Amino acid sequence: MSHADDLIRLNAADLAGRLAAGDVSSVEATRAHLDRIAAVDGAVHAFLHVDADRALAAAAEVDRARAAGESLGELAGVPIAIKDVLVTEGMPSTSGSKILEGWIPPYDATPVRKVREAGLIPLGKTNMDEFAMGSSTEHSAYGPTHNPWDLERIPGGSGGGSAASVAAFEAPLALGSDTGGSIRQPAHVTGTVGVKPTYGAVSRYGSIALASSLDQIGPVTRTVLDAALLHDVIAGHDRHDSTSIDMRWPSMAEAARNADVKGLRIGVVKELDSDGFQAGVRQRFHESLELLEQQGAEIVEVSAPNFEYSIAAYYLILPAEASSNLAKFDSVRFGLRVTPDGGGTVEQVMAATREAGFGPEVKRRIILGTYALSAGYYDAYYGSAQKVRTLVQRDFDAAFAKVDVLATPTAPTTAFRLGEKLDDPLAMYLNDVATIPANLAGVPGISVPSGLAPEDGLPVGIQFLAPAREDARLYNVGGALEQLLIAEWGGPILAKAPDLTTHELTATEEGAL
Amino acid sequence: MARVELMDYEKALELFEPVIGLEVHVELNTETKMFSPAPNPANEKYHGAEPNTLVSPVCLGLPGSLPVVNGDAVEKSISLGLALGCSIAASSRFARKNYFYPDLAKNYQISQYDEPIAFEGSVEVELADGRTFQVPIERAHMEEDAGKLTHVGGATGRIQGAEYSLVDYNRAGVPLVEIVTKPIFGAEADAPELARAYVSTIRDMALSLGISEARMERGNLRCDANVSLRPRGAEQLGIRTETKNVNSFRSIERAVRYEIQRQAAILAKGGTITQETRHWHEDTGTTSPGRPKSDADDYRYFPEPDLVPVVPTTELIESLRAALPEPPAARRRRLKGEWGFTDLEFQDVVNGGLLNEVAATIAEGATPAAARKWWTGELTRLANASETDASGLATPEQVAQLAALVDAGTLTDRLARQVLEGVVAGEGSPQEIVDARGLAVVSDDGALIAAIDQALASQPDVLEKIRDGKVQAAGAVIGAVMKAMQGKADAARVRELVLERAGSGGA
Repeated sequence: MSHADDLIRLNAADLAGRLAAGDVSSVEATRAHLDRIAAVDGAVHAFLHVDADRALAAAAEVDRARAAGESLGELAGVPIAIKDVLVTEGMPSTSGSKILEGWIPPYDATPVRKVREAGLIPLGKTNMDEFAMGSSTEHSAYGPTHNPWDLERIPGGSGGGSAASVAAFEAPLALGSDTGGSIRQPAHVTGTVGVKPTYGAVSRYGSIALASSLDQIGPVTRTVLDAALLHDVIAGHDRHDSTSIDMRWPSMAEAARNADVKGLRIGVVKELDSDGFQAGVRQRFHESLELLEQQGAEIVEVSAPNFEYSIAAYYLILPAEASSNLAKFDSVRFGLRVTPDGGGTVEQVMAATREAGFGPEVKRRIILGTYALSAGYYDAYYGSAQKVRTLVQRDFDAAFAKVDVLATPTAPTTAFRLGEKLDDPLAMYLNDVATIPANLAGVPGISVPSGLAPEDGLPVGIQFLAPAREDARLYNVGGALEQLLIAEWGGPILAKAPDLTTHELTATEEGAL
Repeated sequence: MARVELMDYEKALELFEPVIGLEVHVELNTETKMFSPAPNPANEKYHGAEPNTLVSPVCLGLPGSLPVVNGDAVEKSISLGLALGCSIAASSRFARKNYFYPDLAKNYQISQYDEPIAFEGSVEVELADGRTFQVPIERAHMEEDAGKLTHVGGATGRIQGAEYSLVDYNRAGVPLVEIVTKPIFGAEADAPELARAYVSTIRDMALSLGISEARMERGNLRCDANVSLRPRGAEQLGIRTETKNVNSFRSIERAVRYEIQRQAAILAKGGTITQETRHWHEDTGTTSPGRPKSDADDYRYFPEPDLVPVVPTTELIESLRAALPEPPAARRRRLKGEWGFTDLEFQDVVNGGLLNEVAATIAEGATPAAARKWWTGELTRLANASETDASGLATPEQVAQLAALVDAGTLTDRLARQVLEGVVAGEGSPQEIVDARGLAVVSDDGALIAAIDQALASQPDVLEKIRDGKVQAAGAVIGAVMKAMQGKADAARVRELVLERAGSGGA
């Protein structure tokens, strides 16, 4: 294994340790990851934009600061990939849409500002379903991302780019956004760790809004500790986001490092442990629970009867908010402008721009949401959905009165083939059955790899959910399980992933993507 | 446009009962905007900034930006709500009003819908003859202003026929309080005057609270007037029109009166009123139809998910209540007594919407009589000539300075009027204009005597006549001297000097 190959396979925490010890420079680490991107991203297509010059300049600055003895954050000098939903000053930010092609934001999203201030090195922007609408990254206007475990398969969505970049060792860390599972479901299908923090734990300022009341930014990593370290960097109150929580958070890294499940009560949600889930997904789920039980955790079955209405409620609330959030894409101030032949009124230009700039899934949801908010339908659709939301929250309250955390399989199946569900929106929506309830209730969730499904050899994840503001519990239980599984497997799950260097594409093939 | 028929006003009132409703938008003068840290152009400090210089990602609706409620705007809104006699909601919420328009950066306006910050109030409004009306307030809610469109090309400056339009987002996000009355019944023939007096009262309120610059000509205060008529004896309300763009006190009164006459003519002929927005045209004194409006306009309101409810503490509300200034009607009664004005003099001030200007001018040191004289006299004349409100033409400080210059004998009334024209034209302070235009009264007797001698030389018989007891003969000399001095002389002093010359028996 070459030195560079060694560097890209390091966890963020280990790389940070090497950087702090002076064994390696940030410029070396950054260059190793940029080289890796150049080698494999033609096949994976995790990135929409890579800013090598700026990354290397930022890395050199961290190296200089370190040499000067300045005090640096724990992750200083570690490269990071950023989901294209987050605006980045001076770097394109498209949210996976043609309508924002070429737009360069004049400001940084708060989580981006925080990672920069902590000395992390943004490598570039990762691919995603357009405006984060999807579960496969196939709705990206710039072509799909491929799952590093099997390039014919989806990497999950909407944050398939972030998950794939981490799984393909193109970046040790990534930022994602999770509106209904867009961090956790990609983690599940790529053998990575993904966390959706408590709603309001991480600022949404600068996150191109999909559904304001559901969106949350979170870490995408290869280990639970790395996620915790990144969580500690990006969380915290932000006066630019009124829904951000003003409280002192405990250290997530400490929770991960001191993981201990003795006496922890883990509730298994009965309604999400059913035949609707692939056999291998359920098998690994139950094996994981047994491991935890052997370590002193108590496994309890709980019921959440209203979870079954979650998807229906979600697909009213999300489109309603999205239809309004996406109204600003009208060509007047930024982004694409399409003028009809022979000119036109501003209304005609707006219509032509939106017709050309939005993909079919975005249009589908805008129309759905516009309808759900219309006078005469509001109470029946949006109003009822909000009531279901309250019921789901009550289910969580009742469950958390009995247990400390809940456990479910993260998603029903392993990665499906690209194109397999593209023409069946309802089948696509069902991918998020286990992840959506957390967004409706605002509670935090983590997906941790639980093994490979025996039937297809593809990774699956287990999801833990905790009460709002109790994110630390996720890192405790996730960290504990991770240690147990690594001991059992004899190494991290990604060691079993295929070697992508054999998949480096020629320029022509790359163009075909 | 087809000629619009108007019914004689008295006749219209005989046949129909007018019902009015008023929506007043008050721009708050906070330091920053309603939901963004950008400077607020409705604050005097930032007025007149270059287009699109008072903006942030939030007011431009850039992707990823989020609104944050301005606490100062909330406090000012609560103060206004309390002054309107409203209840303050323990919890109020913002909502999105969705519609596409290029001056609306996000293509939705953050407003309040079913949970306004203030509701159910009442305002005492006094008419010119001293009668008072209680105007019922439905609600007062917070919202953000839109940007400003300028249509370029075409003859009218309107959107029809324009080649292109420019958008200025400086105003986008300016904090507004929209005050909505309930339908106002019983004003009858006084409805137009009541509408004007109501808006004037709101302006007084905003000024005494210090929450707005409240200058109508700048759009700090904007009024939409709803008017409907119902046949005498009818229960059901008639179909209403909403007249927008009514930007002076004068126009409010005229617009309501015009709509009463226009609607009456249509209804009397058996026609029906179209429910619509109408635009007021200051120049022609008429209204023209805007877009049709119906109750079914679908703005797809829903609670703003980017903001949390506004939950003011009882302590805050009570401290704001304790700090409320005197209600306008009570204040008027007090000031009238203090100033010693007759009914007629005081009405002049109130009807001109000049109460605060006069009060401030007196506070700056002018006598009540002088303050009243300049505001209701020359400034009102200049305002009428340019079809605007006198309050916007000069500042109380400038008027007080002018009065002081007259008292000191530096200016005669006639010179003072010229100085005031300079003030209105923006030439500077009265003293600066006196200096720049050289308008001060010539108080140097030597210069006056020289001018008198010259006048006497061409009218040698005048001194004889004066000595013969025909003192009025001095008038001819005084006139000639004043002419020679280009009016910059004190006529009384000239007269004294002429009589002195006659008495001394010279020449």
